[in-house]
Order: sequence, then C-alpha cells, then structure tokens
Amino acid sequence: MTASTSFLHGAARVAGRNLTVWRRYAAASALGNFGEPLLYLIALGYGLGRVVPPIDGLSYAEFLAPALIVSTVMYTATFEGTFGAYTRLTTQGTFEAILATPVTISEIVTGEILWGGLKSAFGATVVLVVVRAFGLVPSWLALGVLPLGFLAGAMFYAMALCMTALSKSYEFFNYYFTLLVAPMYLFSGVFFPLEGAPPWAHRLAQVLPLTHVVAVSRALVRGQPSWHTVGHAAVVLGCAAAAMALAARLLRRRLQI
Amino acid sequence: MSPVVEASALEKRYADFVAVAGIDFRIASGECFGFLGPNGAGKTSTMRMLQSVSLPSAGTLRVLGMDPRHDGKRIRTRLGVCPQADNLDPDLPVIDNLLVYGSYFPQARAVTARRADELLEFVALGDKRNHAIPELSGGMKRRLVIARALINEPELLLLDEPTTGLDPQARHLIWTKLRELRARGVTMVLTTHYMDEAERLCDRLVIMDGGKILAQDSPRALIDAHVGQEVFELGASAAEARDFLAGLDLCGASHEHTGDLLAVFLSAKHQLSERLIERARGAGSRYLLRNATLEDVFLKLTGRELDE
Repeated sequence: MTASTSFLHGAARVAGRNLTVWRRYAAASALGNFGEPLLYLIALGYGLGRVVPPIDGLSYAEFLAPALIVSTVMYTATFEGTFGAYTRLTTQGTFEAILATPVTISEIVTGEILWGGLKSAFGATVVLVVVRAFGLVPSWLALGVLPLGFLAGAMFYAMALCMTALSKSYEFFNYYFTLLVAPMYLFSGVFFPLEGAPPWAHRLAQVLPLTHVVAVSRALVRGQPSWHTVGHAAVVLGCAAAAMALAARLLRRRLQI
Repeated sequence: MSPVVEASALEKRYADFVAVAGIDFRIASGECFGFLGPNGAGKTSTMRMLQSVSLPSAGTLRVLGMDPRHDGKRIRTRLGVCPQADNLDPDLPVIDNLLVYGSYFPQARAVTARRADELLEFVALGDKRNHAIPELSGGMKRRLVIARALINEPELLLLDEPTTGLDPQARHLIWTKLRELRARGVTMVLTTHYMDEAERLCDRLVIMDGGKILAQDSPRALIDAHVGQEVFELGASAAEARDFLAGLDLCGASHEHTGDLLAVFLSAKHQLSERLIERARGAGSRYLLRNATLEDVFLKLTGRELDE
C-alpha cells in the first residue's frame, strides 16, 4: 500500500523526532550520563570502598561498577519517560500534532519506547566507557550491557509512560520517584549484595525490576553468566512487555478525547 | 462529482455530554466551508471527527470518499490540519518543524525538503528559516502552522480558528494566503467565531449552537434570509424603544431590543429607513443605519446572552 505508511515507519519517525531534538543537546546529555556515575564511582567505589571488605572476592568499586551502568539506564529512561514525555503530551502538544498525520497512537507509543531504549543504551555506553577506563571491566561479554541497556531502558521508559498517561501535573511524578524509583535504586543490589539479607528482604527485592537488571549486568561485566542470568533476563523481558502493553492502553485512553 | 466530505446524522457523545447532536452537511471539492458558533457549539468536536482522530459516536461520515472508522490513516495522509492551539515544536527551529512533520507522511525526504522551502516563501518566513520558535510573533507562528499543514500537499485543509488572537495586519496576511490556496482549488474547512472572517472566506457555512446546525447557506443568502439588507440601530432604553415604535407601521420588518439598543431589520421592500431616521432625529436620539452582516444572523440565531 503506497497511500499510507507502515507501522514501523511511523514508530521510527516518532523516535527520529526525539533523536533530532536530542542531537541538539547531546553534549549536555552525555555529560550527565558521564558525570554522575563517575562521582558515585569515586566517592563510593574508591572512597567508601576503602573501608568495605571485599564482596565475593571483588573490591567495592568492582562490585559497584556494573550496577552503576544499569542504574544510569533506569534514571535516563525514567526522567525521559516522565518529564520529557509529559511535556510532549501536554504543554508542547507534540503528540496531538503528530496525531493529525498518518501516525497512530500505537505508533507514537512504540516510537517513544524505542526512543527510551535508544537513549538509555547510549547512557549505558557512556558509563561502560568510564568504568572500563578505571579497569573495572574484565570481560568482553560486558558489551552485552548495550542490548541490556536498550531492553531495560525500554522497560523503565514504558513504566514511566504509564505514570505520564495518568499524571495531571509534574508534581505527580514525585510519588513515582519517591515510592518506586528511589527504593529501587537503593534496594536492588546496586550498593550492597542481596545475598545474606533477611529472607523477606531478599524476596521483596525480587519484585523490583531493577534487581534483575543489576543481576544480568553484573554477570555480563564479570564474564560469569549462568542459567540464573537467563532467568533474570527473562523477567526483564516479561516486565518490559507488560509495561509496554499497559503504557499503550493508558496513553490511548489519555489521548483519545 | 462526489463531495469531499459528507456527514449525515453525525453525533459525538462523551461520557457526560453531547458535543455534536446529529448534523448533516456536504462539502464540495474546491469549496471553502465554515463552521460558526459560540464556544461549546461543537465546532472543534466536528473538526476532530473530520480529522479522523476522534471517531463518530453515531451517524455516518465520509471524508475523501473514505470511512474514518477504518481508513483514518489513509484519510490523514491526504489532510492538512491547522489546529486551534499552536503546537509547533519549540525544541526545533523553523525549518526542522516542517521537515520533521513532513517525515510523518509517506513522501520522499527530498520532496519534503523542496516543499518546505517553497512553503516558507509562501508564508513569507523565508528569512526566518533557522530561527527558534519562541522568537516568532503570534502571526508568524500561525503562518508556520499553515505551512506545516500544507507539507503533504493536502486535498483538504482543516483550519480550526486560524486567526484567533492575532492583530489585524496578521489576520489580513493569513486571509490573503488562504484565498490564494482557495484559488488553487484546495478544499478548506474552517471554524471561526469572527463573522468578518467567515464572510470574507467562506463560500458556504453553517451556524452551530448546542451541537446542532441552526442554518446553512452562503453568507449572503443567510443574511438575506434571516436579517435583510440593512439594520437601523437606535440607542434607547426599553421604555424609549416602546415610545419610538408606538404608532409606527413597520411593514412587517422585525425588530429586537437588547440592553440599551433597538435594532430594526430592513429589506429593500420595506423602504422604512427614511421614516425611522426622521423620527430618530426628531427625538434627538443616537442612531445608525448600516448594512446587515453575518453577525446579525449569528446573534439572531444563537441569542445575545452569554451562556457561559
């Protein structure tokens, strides 16, 4: 059919629009991706790390590095999917403008999530380069964090998009950041090992998607994947699919006035 | 020739209210068709259905010979939409607003680029090519929105209040551009609550209120049918108006009193104006004899009270 566009064309153009905008601010964006994990690595990995005993034979910096890659992914995707997408949904009327073209709501949602994945994968790449420069990446399997960053980024972006579809103001996102994002950051095995935690705490951590992303990242960066890694990756994939379906549903309801 | 738009018994209901309550209209190719009505009349809801974004709750609608329920994507490929609120992309400079928007359509990048250049000239923004959107005046933004709506060479252009909030110079420039488009044969649908805009641009129009169509015709025919040729206005309280009209044979001309104004609607056959003027002069009252306008029709049909 030549008269109209394909689904993928529409989604790619929506992602392309965001990429075009992002290219104008790429330097600032990369600095954010680069600077913050670097500060955490220095302050916690090497500062606090001096008084932390080895974990499973790893220095604290070695333990922390793979998790910093994916916590960057979570924050990149979450900020873009809340504040960025909410601005496009409301004040800028970007989605409304696109809906006047052949591009459909489903294509907008898919394109947005695709964009969330790409931007997150870029963030993961920057942090990977940083931790590699500190000699904290022993295995080539670490390159696997790029597709992992894309997948996890798409998942966190889709989760954020659900909040965006429900939100009536920017302030609403405080709930999401305080009640879910911050606890995930702190209790998903980024800063301390979950092994040895009380069983209830361990079980609770399994509910947080970031826990599984951190587990996969650590296995890849250390070059020690196992069947557990595949299980964790499957959980991430499942969560991503569920979040995308929900985001599409909620945003459709929000946009179809 | 089959109509570009055909609607019958068209309805749009939301959870708690009826926005469009069963309307019928046909829009022919090359025509400029207007929807007039106060806020909340159902104009924008109708436009959104034509846009094939919001779907009809009942009735039938065909746009460019297709059904929006099934062919929304194909319809929108051939539509140009100029929305009420400026939703230009403030993150992108002027030219990129056209290029990115063009990328949403199934047309080659080179075609979009060539058309973007032509359109910037057409709307007199050639020298603003790399400017940021926030630097543009309201009139420039509007012109850019119109240029953006034309990026896919649409057969049907939908304009939702194209000049609301603009100063007179900016409005006239936009009207000139829209008349140029009409001369090229682009079918246009516009909503407005500016009567002069509708009178200048529309071949035919409907007046809507409360989700219904109250009247439908060319501006001239509507004025003739509902008001006449001239309006005699007199500054007068209700009591003064009663005294003024006492013993006067209006020969069937209708009149209306609101606030402190008496209006008598005259057609040529009445030949009343001289007698009215004489009487007003005699009484030393303020008066005005003017041509009847679409605004008279509008106020007569939709009422003078604010229902907000």
